Amino acid sequence: MDLVLSEEQELLARTAREFVSGKSSLRRIRGLRDTRDADGFSRELWGEMAALGWLGIVIPETDGGVGLGYLDLMVVLEELGRGLMPEPMVSTVLLGAGAVLLGGSEAQRGEHLPAIAGGTRLLALAYEEARSRYRPTHVETRAEKAGGGWVLRGEKTEVLDGHVADWLIVSARSAGGADDATGITLFLVRRDTPGITIERQSRIDSRNAARVRLDDVRVDADALLGAAGEGGALLARVVDRATIGLTAEMLGSTVAAFMMTIEYLQTRVQFGVPIGSFQALKHRAAEMYVEIELARSAVMGAHRALDEGRDDAAIGRLAGLAKARCSDTFMLVAKEAVQMHGGIGMTDEHDIGFFLKRARVAEVTFGDAAYHRDRVARLGGY
Amino acid sequence: MPDLDAFREEARRWLTANAPASMRTPPTTPDELCWGGKKTPYPPDVKRWLAVMAERGWTAPVWPKEYGGGGLSKQEAKVLAEEMGKLRLRPALIGFGLTMIGPLLLQEGSEELKREHLPRIVRGEVRWCQGYSEPGAGSDLASLQAKAVRDGDSFVVNGQKVWTSYADKSDWMFVLVRTDFEARKQEGITFLLMDMTSPGVSVRPILLISGSSPFCETFLSDVRVPVKNVVGKINGGWAMAKALLGHERTMIADAYKERDEDERLVNLARRYLPTQPGGGIGDALLRDAITQVTMDQAALDLTLARSRDGAKAGHKPGPETSIFKYYGTELNMRRRELMVKIAGPQGLGWEGPGFDENELTVTRDWLRSRGNSIEGGTSEIQLNIIAKRVLGLPD
Repeated sequence: MDLVLSEEQELLARTAREFVSGKSSLRRIRGLRDTRDADGFSRELWGEMAALGWLGIVIPETDGGVGLGYLDLMVVLEELGRGLMPEPMVSTVLLGAGAVLLGGSEAQRGEHLPAIAGGTRLLALAYEEARSRYRPTHVETRAEKAGGGWVLRGEKTEVLDGHVADWLIVSARSAGGADDATGITLFLVRRDTPGITIERQSRIDSRNAARVRLDDVRVDADALLGAAGEGGALLARVVDRATIGLTAEMLGSTVAAFMMTIEYLQTRVQFGVPIGSFQALKHRAAEMYVEIELARSAVMGAHRALDEGRDDAAIGRLAGLAKARCSDTFMLVAKEAVQMHGGIGMTDEHDIGFFLKRARVAEVTFGDAAYHRDRVARLGGY
Repeated sequence: MPDLDAFREEARRWLTANAPASMRTPPTTPDELCWGGKKTPYPPDVKRWLAVMAERGWTAPVWPKEYGGGGLSKQEAKVLAEEMGKLRLRPALIGFGLTMIGPLLLQEGSEELKREHLPRIVRGEVRWCQGYSEPGAGSDLASLQAKAVRDGDSFVVNGQKVWTSYADKSDWMFVLVRTDFEARKQEGITFLLMDMTSPGVSVRPILLISGSSPFCETFLSDVRVPVKNVVGKINGGWAMAKALLGHERTMIADAYKERDEDERLVNLARRYLPTQPGGGIGDALLRDAITQVTMDQAALDLTLARSRDGAKAGHKPGPETSIFKYYGTELNMRRRELMVKIAGPQGLGWEGPGFDENELTVTRDWLRSRGNSIEGGTSEIQLNIIAKRVLGLPD
């Protein structure tokens, strides 16, 4: 498969770009923040995105989706990233649908995938814990067999869109110690199951995340997602795929911050000339451009690998490559953007600060650059 | 595609039958490869490999057959390259003839020049060098002063060129000279082909900090060059030079993309650094630096692939060649720097005893690599180009 977008994908990108610039704006994002909106996103826009088919891009037609590929999803995510759109794509489409697609039973697929594609069901993946530091296999939450079902006890954090999710996917340890790769089990539970407490977190990017407490939560045996004790490998695959999707969104946000900055360099006049004529700024702008182009290649390469059905180790390496690069590049561009905007870049009134805040959160989501480099080294055997 | 499959089958069979066994090992230095020309003696296997490949035109696979090339389509050439890669075959011929002046002549040369020079390039009979930089014209190349004055059917050339790669081993030079001193500086330059055996040409190698002498100074004193050897128009040489710089920048990025380089880095770390109980490299900072270099290389490789695939899909190549030159050389320099750091005190040797061949190569490659961001347009010039042509930042 060539590393080039098809005409259909270019068209999809244009449609998404027009949608984002027409329906959404940074003023809307600011409004959601300033009014402390209970959802933190627009359910109306979510419905429109469902109608456009975007929520079911990688869901097969037989499961109510569109049955396209990850490169198609990539171009949509990139455009949503340009507008810093907070709609729950990462949680519901990448993590939620991803987990059901990879590990769900026929019944679970039928229950969730058409509803996700239709925009009527939100999912969240509760896997991170206070001490997990990005590693999906560090699980202290316990799952114990009780009667015909299970009892879950523990606490999850950084649960993306947890406060609005209709269902939660929870990782819990059914055997072994906190850091064992095996003995992890995934459960699909309704948010209103007794014993679940969801508390919204307020983070710098105003996007949505929550802490989830599980106090003796009783679930039936059919809540199992995949086989008992074998959720660790499934979880790693789900998180790798979601990581790759997130990098597409980060790429879009990076490009948007960069373009705003280039425009500022072309128009802001000091000493009687546009500041973009100063070589000290030109070279830094050109370096950012190079980093962004390399990031785009990594993001495309990772999405292509998913479409080609490469093995898990290759996907893991490419997820690491794309995430490390997008983390570093988004942070670099966001910090330089504030610097090059000067004083106005430090004000809440100007939009550029939103990108800096989002860059920091996205950098840490699913693991920062150092985490992914370490992981790539281990996958490479050194 | 059945046709391509048939070609792949045929290519594999022919290559297997005709390639000498010694050509199936990776070269340890670029000097082991065949650059062609009359001045360098090559081992018998190298000469034989060149002869059979040139016979089929496969040293220049996509050039038209009428000029000695292979006449292959781009797809066929890709298949050929893939099959050579699978057999780990060395290229039969490399050099500026194939990658720079040949493609330019195909694009811009007169029929006479094409017939005279292209077949000889394909057969590796002539090695070419590039006469661009001068003592007073480095990054500001357009200010060059080598003077060519018309005298009948000839130009008489006087001046000095510097940083001429392998001028001492080359047979012909493509050279930029000033033919109009009144015009704006870019508009008085002419692109000439010059026989290095012409009276008045003298060459002196320059010793570098690495101890090698890949570059020369070339002195031109009343050298007569026929007017028919002009490529493009008289006073139209700057456009030719710019077209060529694109070729050179892509080539430099490709040249630094050596096979097995990542493995070499990890093996070096295994040799000189402690090992963790789990088998990982024990120096956390150097391990992270190694991973950064290998991952950056992977991203650059994907970008090169993206550019090639884009060209195949009909997208016009843009100033992105500046990305490759800039990033490819900076990355190579980081890699060389890292290798010396990993070797520690064993990376300090100038010559034996106490230092093995591998260690001396690491050290000298590091010293040599410091020039990567200077030659072929400095990194700063590349950044200027990106800022101006891609980002549209004002002068």
